[in-house]
Amino acid sequence: MPSNKSVSDAPIVQFTNCRILRDHRLQREDLWVREGKILNPEKLFFDEKGSADVQLDCKDSIIAPGFIDVQINGGFGVDFSLATDDFKSGIDLVSQKILSHGVTSFCPTLVTSPPSVYHQILPQIRVRNGGAHGAGILGAHLEGPFISKEKKGAHPEHCLRTFEAGAFQDLLATYGSLDCVRIVTLAPEMRRSSEVIRELTKRGICVSLGHSVANLSQAEEAVQHGATFITHLFNAMLPFHHRDPGIVGLLTSDKIPAGRRVFYGMISDGIHTNPAALRIAHRAHPKGLVLVTDAIAGMGLAPGRHTLGQQVVEIDGLNTYIAGTKTLSGSVATMDTCVRHFQEATGCSVETALEVASLHPAQLLGIEHKKGTLNYDSDADFLMLNDSLYVQATYIAGEEVWRQDVSGM
Amino acid sequence: MKLIILENYSQASEWAAKYIRNRIVQFGPGPGRFFTLGLPTGLPRDHPESYHSFMWNNFFKHIDISPENVHILDGNAPDLQAECDAFEEKIKAAGGIELFVGGIGPDGHIAFNEPGSSLVSRTRVKTLAMDTILANARFFDGDLSKVPTMALTVGVGTVMDAREVMILITGAHKAFALYKAIEDGLNHMWTVSAFQQHPNTVFVCDEDATLELKVKTVKYFKGLMLVHNKLVEPLYSMKEMGAQRSQSKKPYSD
Repeated sequence: MPSNKSVSDAPIVQFTNCRILRDHRLQREDLWVREGKILNPEKLFFDEKGSADVQLDCKDSIIAPGFIDVQINGGFGVDFSLATDDFKSGIDLVSQKILSHGVTSFCPTLVTSPPSVYHQILPQIRVRNGGAHGAGILGAHLEGPFISKEKKGAHPEHCLRTFEAGAFQDLLATYGSLDCVRIVTLAPEMRRSSEVIRELTKRGICVSLGHSVANLSQAEEAVQHGATFITHLFNAMLPFHHRDPGIVGLLTSDKIPAGRRVFYGMISDGIHTNPAALRIAHRAHPKGLVLVTDAIAGMGLAPGRHTLGQQVVEIDGLNTYIAGTKTLSGSVATMDTCVRHFQEATGCSVETALEVASLHPAQLLGIEHKKGTLNYDSDADFLMLNDSLYVQATYIAGEEVWRQDVSGM
Repeated sequence: MKLIILENYSQASEWAAKYIRNRIVQFGPGPGRFFTLGLPTGLPRDHPESYHSFMWNNFFKHIDISPENVHILDGNAPDLQAECDAFEEKIKAAGGIELFVGGIGPDGHIAFNEPGSSLVSRTRVKTLAMDTILANARFFDGDLSKVPTMALTVGVGTVMDAREVMILITGAHKAFALYKAIEDGLNHMWTVSAFQQHPNTVFVCDEDATLELKVKTVKYFKGLMLVHNKLVEPLYSMKEMGAQRSQSKKPYSD
């Protein structure tokens, strides 16, 4: 059919024979893409009298928005907290490899490190769009060093810091630059945290609470000052107690400012959280759940020893511990595994399982107008999955950037 | 007229669809224009209840129609009467309507030709009757103030000019209108009755819509179903027929 478009001559691709995730439901609709964005076919038809240039048969796949991982420390032998000479190629490698896990955007995460490491690494992290070269980088996630000693987890104690002397200036001096920083995890019970949280929020940086022994009122105060995220719920914080639920209590707190939502990250690899705990959190606050991998350098590699910043970790199957201890340190789970495990453990719908890895992280970062959905005019970052939620193909800006090898698994 | 009575909504829909399919094949791959008829004014194009949205979601997006062949009256045009006149011109330019497909309202109107519309009217702006507004309120969350009060519509005369007319009527609430349309006289209060004077009309309905008809009428037309069903038997596809226009062989004429 002749294309007769008045707005643009760019080719229009129509993905047919598929079920797309839109308005929280899987619908039998075609997906239209032009110039890297999702196109409104009705407008095209009536306003431009245009039609598709290419029609692709998706063989009844599910089409979902690309996954967004806001906490990933490395993978495939690359450690984002290690300042090496070829750091850039390391981050490129990871961003390329995670396409096969369905991740189209991510926040490279740095664990607690000495200031020199931040000064060396942060300038090398640039916010950039994804493409055939790899998933898009939304900005860095700095987990530490302003965290609690009692809940340091796998973070090295000698690098922990406070900001009670100079508040925000201390933080800025430690990190060097906040230009490409998207999320900062800190412990809100630390003195002067409110000033720091307010300042970070003012600069558009998402503040997350984690590695902390805060009680519920300290956590609520932090939220009132601007905190919007909880780093890996249940892990590295006080356990839920019925007279002081601690940070976990934020899920059902009535002191959250109107119009705001508290999001919380969960590592659903089957190890970090017991499925029953996962279900409790999900049922208490389903709209706030954000899946993260918290993956470390050893992800994607054979079991054995790898680094995580200043520490050495040991991988044994799906478990990753600080070498010689039983302290969990990150995971080797991939995002698509987490999505499948989450769906299985909670018995939720396919739509929900896909949204906690795409829509919710986009909402957390305030980018849901262009990422995390298949709404018209959003970026065309999407996945084709089969009914068991295995990724068959990954698309960024409407271009196929990864496809499952038919001969492979 | 042919009155085709099927058991229920789905069967009536299917019969009508097959008939239209056959008529398209018989018409041959010509210019094949498609005109849509009634559009309430005042609704923006992408309002979910606009005719554009309705036609897109229920028809156009499922078929491979070329957008240039779709003509919907634009209720947001600056000069509505000019828009209507242009529509009549387009119909003429396309060689006239081959087959008109429509439904009727509970008040017996065809398109938006409300009771009292002239039986020789053309495409124009029409004020909607309260009955029609009430019937359409369900698309606007039951809020009467949100329902448009005017509509652009093809006239009764415009439809009468079509070479063939097919009317779909299903549901008990349309039964009285069907009775008035075919068993009572020609009357501008029930504008569908105008088709009694059209040489080529097909009414497709379900059992419920026949509730107000005489048993004799219903039995008569049900008895003709064996013959009428031949009209929906599969024909050769357009490809197989090639350039040769086939002579449409109707088993009998009206």
